Amino acid sequence: MGSYVLRRVLQMIPVFFGTTLLIFVMVYSLPGDPVTALFGDKAADPAVVASIKHTYYLDQPIWKQYLHYMGNLFQGDFGTSFTGRPVSDIMADAFPVTIRLALMAFVFEMVLGLALGVLSGLKRGSIADTLVLILTLVVISIPVFVLAYIAQTVFATNLGWVTPTVQDSYDLTQLVLPATVLGSLSLAYVARLTRTSIGENLRADYIRTAVAKGLPRRTIISRHLLRNSLIPVVTFLGTDLGALMGGAIVTEGIFNVQGIGNVLYRAINQKEGPTVVGIVTVLVIVYLVASLLVDLLYAVLDPRIRYA
Amino acid sequence: MDAVEVVGGGRASLAPGTPLLEVEDLHVEFHTRDGVAKAVNGVSYAVSAGETLAVLGESGSGKSVTAQAIMGILDMPPGRITAGRVLFRGEDLLTMSANARRAVRGRRIAMIFQDALSALNPVLSVGYQLGEMFRVHHGVTRKEAREKAVELMERVRIPAARQRVGDFPHQFSGGMRQRIMIAMALSLEPDLIIADEPTTALDVTVQAQVMDLLAELQAEFNMGLILITHDLGVVADVADKIAVMYAGRIVETAPVHELYARPAHPYTRGLLDSIPRLDQKGQDLHAIKGLPPNLLRIPEGCAFNPRCERARDRCLAELPSLVPVVGEHGEELVGRRSACHYWHETLHG
Repeated sequence: MGSYVLRRVLQMIPVFFGTTLLIFVMVYSLPGDPVTALFGDKAADPAVVASIKHTYYLDQPIWKQYLHYMGNLFQGDFGTSFTGRPVSDIMADAFPVTIRLALMAFVFEMVLGLALGVLSGLKRGSIADTLVLILTLVVISIPVFVLAYIAQTVFATNLGWVTPTVQDSYDLTQLVLPATVLGSLSLAYVARLTRTSIGENLRADYIRTAVAKGLPRRTIISRHLLRNSLIPVVTFLGTDLGALMGGAIVTEGIFNVQGIGNVLYRAINQKEGPTVVGIVTVLVIVYLVASLLVDLLYAVLDPRIRYA
Repeated sequence: MDAVEVVGGGRASLAPGTPLLEVEDLHVEFHTRDGVAKAVNGVSYAVSAGETLAVLGESGSGKSVTAQAIMGILDMPPGRITAGRVLFRGEDLLTMSANARRAVRGRRIAMIFQDALSALNPVLSVGYQLGEMFRVHHGVTRKEAREKAVELMERVRIPAARQRVGDFPHQFSGGMRQRIMIAMALSLEPDLIIADEPTTALDVTVQAQVMDLLAELQAEFNMGLILITHDLGVVADVADKIAVMYAGRIVETAPVHELYARPAHPYTRGLLDSIPRLDQKGQDLHAIKGLPPNLLRIPEGCAFNPRCERARDRCLAELPSLVPVVGEHGEELVGRRSACHYWHETLHG
């Protein structure tokens, strides 16, 4: 087990450098000069531009920029945005919002998705099963922005339960609606995945053995069926948590949630290299850690992986 | 645990020869997209304490479906028991309440499956899966259950049982896994064990070991054993009597050695002739021509008629019933029956 974890952690190192380099190159090779763009319509003084470029290391070849950036990164310095604000400051503001939003969406999709999936998986062909299948299909087919607008119209405009957009991104109650919209697509996938997995495992030989052993139905389901059925679902949930943390540009945009997605969107528009690279680097780490946790959890759930 | 009264009493009360299980005229159908598959068409057999009944037949002959119906693990739907009774010590399992039935399963009648790797839960340790029997049926603690599991593993002669009790099924060899299956079936000292092709997935040398172990334990506990197999070699040493099945019917029953010496049904003869023999080295293997019938369209008359060398007009029209077989001088042959119109030709000629 220990060597397995070590191997997985070591594997993360090349992935980390590879992805950050890729993002770095992509952001800095975007057309247009971000420094000149800062001056807007005004004519830029070449001396000032050169000085700014020097400050941000932009006058160096890209590989030197990358090494410089990485050097700073390992000292905990994410660099400074073009507005002069440290990138770490910007992230400290936005990440807590996104983490809350993501966790709420995650809990929503996990609890409800699993419940619906187990229900319809155990009662295949029933009315409840058909209903779950139809509803999840609808959710999967509708783009998230349509879903967001429908939610806004129904819950804010018609019912008046909430304000259409979030006024204070740190207020958890205001985040409920965007989190629900954000988690709904994954919820549909979780429900369907769980249903399929339960259906497959119900026909497995070891379930037949469990019945032949004279075990009560609840023991068969909780001890034998669920644990085996949840293995693929856990994989999906884990990677999805990483994806949710990446900020939901569309959902955060529509509901005016001041999270990572919004900040990233603005930074990309303004070609703010340090902000984009900083945020994406953190996201890469989050994603890597999330998938490591999934793999470890996988090993806990399935002994065949543990000892392989 | 649930206070469901167990059918019969403790094991000690069972003298050898006490009737345990009687299957009477069992019919099982499967509803498929293409129609109704008649998997079991009026099977009757009986097993007593200490007795081994071998049920022999090809895939699709209904031998496993019958066992699943007895055990109550038939997939319903698509399966359906349309007629018959399954009497266990006088009580009909098919009409019992779900709870009473569950109390019989595992405790009074246990089952051993063919492929232990898929029949054991891959994510639970063998110790847990063995101990579960005691925890659920006897309500013992987790620790006691583990102790019982070790005892069971020792009883089926798994080396280093105490060290291996926490291991998972995939960490054992095929033979050891099947021993664990046997241990699980034996755990509550049932009256009857149904072994569905217990050695098919094993190497030949391991097959013999597992069969010997099963036979030995059966004798020790004076259990009834239904041994389902397609392998004539497996049954010869351990079975007392044999029922040969074809297309959902029993076509011949006989005490084991008599069946081998003098079969009374062309199908049984075909099976025996298709066993490779050393003294026929170099010659072509004898095979029964044709294929087992499609259960959606079982032939009229005798189901074996398309493959039978002796088939005549009567065989195409009239379904033979399972009738007693008598010797050349009209003497009674105990336990011998055949479902062939012309059984005497096969038996005597």
